Amino acid sequence: MQSILLIVFLPLLAAIIAGLGNKQLGNVPAKVVTTGALFIACALSWPIFISFLTGSAEATVVPVLTWVKSGPMAFDWALRVDTLTAVMLVVVTSVSALVHLYSWGYMDEEPDQPRFFAYLSLFTFAMLMLVTADNLVQMFFGWEGVGLASYLLIGFWFRKPSACAAAIKAFVVNRVGDLGFMLGIFGTFLVFGTVSIHEILQAAPGMAGSTIGFLGHRFDTMTVLCLLLFIGAMGKSAQLGLHTWLPDAMEGPTPVSALIHAATMVTAGVFMVCRLSPMFETSPTAMAFITVIGGATCFFAATIGCTQWDIKRVIAYSTCSQLGYMFFAAGVGAYGAAMFHLFTHAFFKALLFLGAGSVIHAMHHEQDMRFYGNLRKHIPITFWTMTAGTLAITGVGMFGVGFAGFHSKDAILEAAYAAGSASGSFAFWMGIFAALMTSFYSWRLVFLTFFGKPRWAGSEHIQHAVHHHHEDPSEEAGHDNHVHNPEGTAGYHPHESPLVMLIPLLILAFGAVAAGYVFQHEFVSEGTGEFWKGALVFHEHLIHAMHSIPELIKWSPFIVMVIGLVTAWYGYIRNTRFPAAVAEQLGPVYTFVYRKWMFDELYHYLFVVPAFWLGRVFWKQGDVGLIDRFGPNGAAWVVAKGSTYAQKVQSGYLYSYALVMLLGLVGAISWVIAG
Amino acid sequence: MSGFPILSLMLLVPLAAALACLFLEAKPARNLALAATLLDFALGVVLWANFDIGGAQWQFTERVELFSGFSYALGIDGIALLLIMLSVFLMPICIGASWKSIDKRVGEYMAAFLLMETLMIGVFAAQDLFLFYIFFEAGLIPMYLIIGVWGGADRIYASYKFFLYTLLGSVLMLIAMLWMANTAGTTDIPTLMAYDFDPHVQTWLWLAFFASFAVKMPMWPVHTWLPDAHVQAPTAGSVILAGVLLKMGGYGFIRFSLPMFPEASAYFGPLIWGLSMAAVVLTSLIALVQHDMKKLIAYSSVAHMAIVTIGLFAFNVQGLEGSMLIMLSHGLVSGALFLCVGIIYDRLHTREIDRYGGLSINMPRYALFFMLFTMASVGLPGTSGFVGEFLSLAGIYQVSTWATLICATGIILGAAYMLYLYRRVAFGEQKNADAAAMADLDVRELLMVVPLGIAVLWMGIYPESFIAPMRADIAALDARLAAAKPEGDSKVAMGKEKPVHEEVSAHEGAH
Repeated sequence: MQSILLIVFLPLLAAIIAGLGNKQLGNVPAKVVTTGALFIACALSWPIFISFLTGSAEATVVPVLTWVKSGPMAFDWALRVDTLTAVMLVVVTSVSALVHLYSWGYMDEEPDQPRFFAYLSLFTFAMLMLVTADNLVQMFFGWEGVGLASYLLIGFWFRKPSACAAAIKAFVVNRVGDLGFMLGIFGTFLVFGTVSIHEILQAAPGMAGSTIGFLGHRFDTMTVLCLLLFIGAMGKSAQLGLHTWLPDAMEGPTPVSALIHAATMVTAGVFMVCRLSPMFETSPTAMAFITVIGGATCFFAATIGCTQWDIKRVIAYSTCSQLGYMFFAAGVGAYGAAMFHLFTHAFFKALLFLGAGSVIHAMHHEQDMRFYGNLRKHIPITFWTMTAGTLAITGVGMFGVGFAGFHSKDAILEAAYAAGSASGSFAFWMGIFAALMTSFYSWRLVFLTFFGKPRWAGSEHIQHAVHHHHEDPSEEAGHDNHVHNPEGTAGYHPHESPLVMLIPLLILAFGAVAAGYVFQHEFVSEGTGEFWKGALVFHEHLIHAMHSIPELIKWSPFIVMVIGLVTAWYGYIRNTRFPAAVAEQLGPVYTFVYRKWMFDELYHYLFVVPAFWLGRVFWKQGDVGLIDRFGPNGAAWVVAKGSTYAQKVQSGYLYSYALVMLLGLVGAISWVIAG
Repeated sequence: MSGFPILSLMLLVPLAAALACLFLEAKPARNLALAATLLDFALGVVLWANFDIGGAQWQFTERVELFSGFSYALGIDGIALLLIMLSVFLMPICIGASWKSIDKRVGEYMAAFLLMETLMIGVFAAQDLFLFYIFFEAGLIPMYLIIGVWGGADRIYASYKFFLYTLLGSVLMLIAMLWMANTAGTTDIPTLMAYDFDPHVQTWLWLAFFASFAVKMPMWPVHTWLPDAHVQAPTAGSVILAGVLLKMGGYGFIRFSLPMFPEASAYFGPLIWGLSMAAVVLTSLIALVQHDMKKLIAYSSVAHMAIVTIGLFAFNVQGLEGSMLIMLSHGLVSGALFLCVGIIYDRLHTREIDRYGGLSINMPRYALFFMLFTMASVGLPGTSGFVGEFLSLAGIYQVSTWATLICATGIILGAAYMLYLYRRVAFGEQKNADAAAMADLDVRELLMVVPLGIAVLWMGIYPESFIAPMRADIAALDARLAAAKPEGDSKVAMGKEKPVHEEVSAHEGAH
């Protein structure tokens, strides 16, 4: 199991080499080093995963270095490998390796490539530290480390003001969650006297029913701890309330969105809840809270996804929504299902993002789907792989055979229904509605992008590209006509992406097709407890309950999927005036959803504006107007008045003051001696 | 090493060099100052290497009785060792930072800095109450001159404000010291640290010391000298001011207030918490709206120092060790940040944030280090800023959850103002042609920032090197405070149906 050291630290080493080497090293060596490191890490991760699949591996901890020893608070750098980690290892290293490869093509024209690849590898290192954490503080290290990498990558194109703003927003909003996480760690240490995850989980059941003081009131101990930790998870996994950074994070290059904001980093919150599942199990209140937040998020994000025009934002809200599924699965106790969906989602969502990247690449950086259309004939491989991803996310399948999302999402919905609790039912219905909308917005994306007539002429990016190629005044004249007529190709010819971009798409498409069917027995069926080996809580009885739910409930995800598909087909292929008419009818409701439920505006006026206003008040009125005025300046005024007659003995030179000071000292000391 | 007066030698080297510098031309003065500070750093390394961790509490002691109880007594424990190391580590960097930017009265300038170094080491090494006082207060003079002579346009106001504030505190402290010497009959600091003063008198003594240390720290609301002093001071002056002088306040609390007046410290704990909470929130918000880089970092220093004070008054090992680590880390990080400001100030001669922008394009190496120090200031795990902040807040959580919550908002606001600063300086378009033409770090500047960067990462990844020397001293202090320790507000109580033995373990966990 020593290979885990290589898996984790090779990406760090590669990041350091590429980052410090930067321009001197050159593009190709930097790319070879980072991508090579990731493929090695990936090749080493799969055997670990397979050894857990076959049941031949045991959980181990590989110590690395002492970190902090402060009284009873002690924690080390150590790498823990168990089933849960093994699952995350393959997800992180596989997607990361493929994204590295994909970026060879996608970032080909970028002048700053070593920096980009260094950031990607740095991110992977931090993520691996997170998933291998043996104590809460190392998890926090990874947690903040991925936050840093995310900040750097969102702001990769740092000349763009919007990218800078999005990067800061991502970091600061995440910090709000991290504040909860930190308080959770403090509280956990206070209660258990340790931050070792293993020891905490063993002691957690014994604390059920106890109470703890927090902010002057007394609460159930485990509820307080779990909710504080969960606030951290909400920030990282963009759950309702702390989600506002995720859509803006799309300012980063698309491979980044695929790796960080779809497949890996944003699932860290789900991972954390699963990792600490024995702890969360002790607090029904916290579990219900997680279920409700998850259910609400999956619904709310899906509504926004239905209205957006930017291809990446649609997928971003889709991610937000799918994370909601994972959370309410965990909330009802189906941790296996949550991890299963995390696993399959990593493949198909990375695929969708990379596919979107391929479309954007082909369309000369245009991201607005209103200017797409008819692309299936021009970029067929992208089209087919994205269709595979769409079939996976919408959960197409029946009689136990289907695309990846079919197995994992249905398991989640069944578990929520089978849980029988009020929060579980709420989440189930939210999940069903969200599934309907998932199907709708996913097919809407496909239809708008790949079907219908080309609408490229309306795009400034396309116009720009066309003009770049033909510097001809006669074309210039034709340009104006095109702008007023959104349909047409404007003479633009989209090209399929290079092979380095298509290979990752094809591999991920394979995953999106098969990952659900192949691994369903390991993640969510009877006897799965053997696979998990106690790495998370597994409720055998919930699996049984899932098998005995009514047939109609079992079929409901399929039914809503078909409804969504048909609606999208009708609105975006059959009768393309229909969506606008619906939007018109809905009026303010549509605007509210389109403006993302007004969260950004709300937070702006609730937090950002007052913070700056208060800062100015405390500075000008507080420090300058009050403290200085009556403090030193007031004293100066008194001194100045009093010393007018003593002026003659004062030279005004600085050293004379120093001299007086020293004389005073000598005097004081003499007094001591005399006394 | 026993018997060799290494501490005296460390005091003597800069002092002798300072005297020599007064009579030298610019160039030899620079060289001599650099040589002397490097030699002192080397001596510091020898000191650390020979410090016996787990050995006697006070090591390298020297004592010469002078007159009527007043003695020249030196000696260090782990806490003092670390702060001396910080001082001697920063000094060569300060000389390097002044290499080109100071061109008038170079000899005097170098002399002032070298004198400063002697006094700083003296503060941390002194074992006699009045020896400490002399070093502590005399440190004002060179700093006052550095700001007043080599400072910016408004230097007179700033130096005067600096002097006035600090003087106010020191007068009260001197009176308290005289009283203590008379009552306890000794001026020996180790003896006084174990002396039990009458709890009623402690209150007054504590307040007198507090007046001095709170100003030095600085704590809200006596912090307003700091932004002005920083803004007007030359780069190296800011580095040493933020790096070491502010630490004297924290050192004072750890060396005097806490061990000598434990009951009074516990009594005034809530006052400290309140001031610290106010400082974190208010100064962080103020930092958010600054246009002047140095002012921004100065205000952020006040916020960081507030986490130090609240950790010190958490009365447990995590809080104390965390506070010490923040002091060390802040010494490195804020010093480095002021250096980063100085580096671009040397090129463009303005501290106005909006005059820069897009520096990542023409100064990529600078951008890298600036990012590293920004992240350390923000408290990213893996950098020095995190460990101290984490331990300090973990310490105060055991006493007050409210205080923790309020102070922890500093991690959100800190991220906001630092990243906002970084964004305006290093990101964005190169909107100012003169800023866009600035050259990247040269060798001299790299020699200054690289050691700082390594130290920041070292302290973040393996802080054990820095915790180990002070562990026994902190444990002793914690034991001294045990009797006065306040009760936490977050005690765990088991439910009725739980067996009794778990209740016991829960309470153990709580302490």
